[in-house]
Amino acid sequence: MKAAVLVFPGSNCDRDLAVAFRNAGCDVKMVWHKDTSLPDGVDIVGIPGGFSFGDYLRCGAIAARSPIVAALKSHVERGGHALGICNGFQVLVETGLLPGALIRNAGLKFICKPVGLSVETTSSDFTNAYSKGQTVTYPVAHHDGNYIATPDTLAALNDEDRVAFRYLDDINGSVENIAGILSENRRVLGLMPHPERAADPALGGKDGADLFRSLAIAAITA
Amino acid sequence: MKARVHIMLKNGVLDPQGEAIRHALGTLGFDGVEGVRQGKVIEIELAASDAAAAKEDVARMCEALLANTVIESYTVEML
Repeated sequence: MKAAVLVFPGSNCDRDLAVAFRNAGCDVKMVWHKDTSLPDGVDIVGIPGGFSFGDYLRCGAIAARSPIVAALKSHVERGGHALGICNGFQVLVETGLLPGALIRNAGLKFICKPVGLSVETTSSDFTNAYSKGQTVTYPVAHHDGNYIATPDTLAALNDEDRVAFRYLDDINGSVENIAGILSENRRVLGLMPHPERAADPALGGKDGADLFRSLAIAAITA
Repeated sequence: MKARVHIMLKNGVLDPQGEAIRHALGTLGFDGVEGVRQGKVIEIELAASDAAAAKEDVARMCEALLANTVIESYTVEML
């Protein structure tokens, strides 16, 4: 399985994400935001956490208009997988590859702590190694993780079983405690919590490793 | 030529920052502040000479980047 991790000025979880992909058996390439194409044969694109372009204008807004994201869109449109974590999730909603928007946390504070999540669906290549309703702990580190969506979008996410993770407690005001969502074809996952920071017991937990193991089990190809 | 873009969260989208400002104003003793909405102002210098065409250009900039039309609305004012 080949993974590409996008790197923007201000990304700071890119190497953690690369390590998590590598530990799940991926061959990983880092790709700079000014590149116009992904490496040949990439099966999954990771959009990492961080503060791309200093969060100027809106979180993820400038990154979403960068040259490499045009290549990411083509990859997704032809059925490729993508995983956006934290700022990566913000980039995915800014591109329109995932619906809704992420606004300032309801409590206005930057939240940096481990949080409990429930795995809402196992019917995806990102969550097949979990059991439905399983509780996991991933760290969060965000200021703008308050997920909002129109009633129609929310109904579609629920009806189509596309909510991947919910917070066990309301931490940031997200509607229906949504922490992560899937695209219509279930091949794009965006989530605010950081599975890559909980993918090694020596470094912050192990619950996130199963997300990357799920990808290996699915043996996804683009 | 200059354009000024006002970007606001759409009605119905909760504005946590506006709400915090409303609270702070109350703390300072300003009574009767019933609501605060915070937005952005962006000023753009343009080489264009045709104001109508320039306004359309700026609207396209808003759609493409300056506003997230999922949650924000914008108005363009030519100065």
